[in-house]
Amino acid sequence: MTAGFLVASAFLASAVEFVEALTIVLAAGVSRGWRSALTGLGAATLALAVIVAALGPALTQIPISVLRLVVGALLLAFGLQWLRKAILRASGFKALHDEDAIFAKELAEARAAGRDERAGLDWYGFTLAFKGVLLEGLEVAFIVITFGSTQGSIPLAAAGAGAALVLVAVVGVLVRAPLARVPENTMKFAVGTMLTTFGIFWSTEGAGAHWPGSDAALPAIVAFVLLLSFGAVTLLRRRHVELTAA
Amino acid sequence: MRRVAQFGRFWWDFVVGDDWRAAAGIAVAIGITAALAADHIAAWWFMPLAVAAVLWLSLRRAARAG
Repeated sequence: MTAGFLVASAFLASAVEFVEALTIVLAAGVSRGWRSALTGLGAATLALAVIVAALGPALTQIPISVLRLVVGALLLAFGLQWLRKAILRASGFKALHDEDAIFAKELAEARAAGRDERAGLDWYGFTLAFKGVLLEGLEVAFIVITFGSTQGSIPLAAAGAGAALVLVAVVGVLVRAPLARVPENTMKFAVGTMLTTFGIFWSTEGAGAHWPGSDAALPAIVAFVLLLSFGAVTLLRRRHVELTAA
Repeated sequence: MRRVAQFGRFWWDFVVGDDWRAAAGIAVAIGITAALAADHIAAWWFMPLAVAAVLWLSLRRAARAG
């Protein structure tokens, strides 16, 4: 049960972030040349791999109760951020993420920037791709490390993230356009639900309390978070309709 | 100095996000759960209720801000 959750959470969270990173790499590649953009992508991927490889084993040295408390708190912080944005978007209080519009903006900015060549690379294209992939990937790296370490299986979480990377990269190469049709908000909703669920579970265990039925409580927590989220969307949608009608 | 401030800002945005009150609420809820557990009181129910309250208050603030 938890292995499935682990892989699915890492896969979904990674897919969302990789779709956003793909938009930035495409904008850098189209406007500044593919060599610089792909070098930036490669350098950022390497940096993320080093972060996971360095922090993963270090975390396994921390006592499990402390780890679960810290990881639970972090996952709750991340999960509530994802869930909050997804609920606000679903209820109309925040604009939906538009990869086409983001691509057009990045493209215009990249085309307007002056040329600065360093180490044989267009520096703007390199740094745009590097920063985009590193920043989008950092959250994925955190999820892989924290989920993996508390569940005792960083490779399983990394496999979920790796599968998302391959899928997004293959689709990106095939379509060579921002993946605007990916249901990003639905995926963010799902990831927010999973992160919040594990955050509630682990922070409670880390604080010294125990769930009735241990791991078997997870489906009940998922149901609770889903109910809470759908209830919030319904109430806020109604409020949004009232405000726009007034 | 500017780079240190930027670095701090990045981590603040990364962990805390748009609503510091939500992050603070979670920290307080974990503290209360730990206090209940230390007194040998069943405390598993507290965190889901706290999360529901923190999320709803955060959403309400965001909706009011437009």
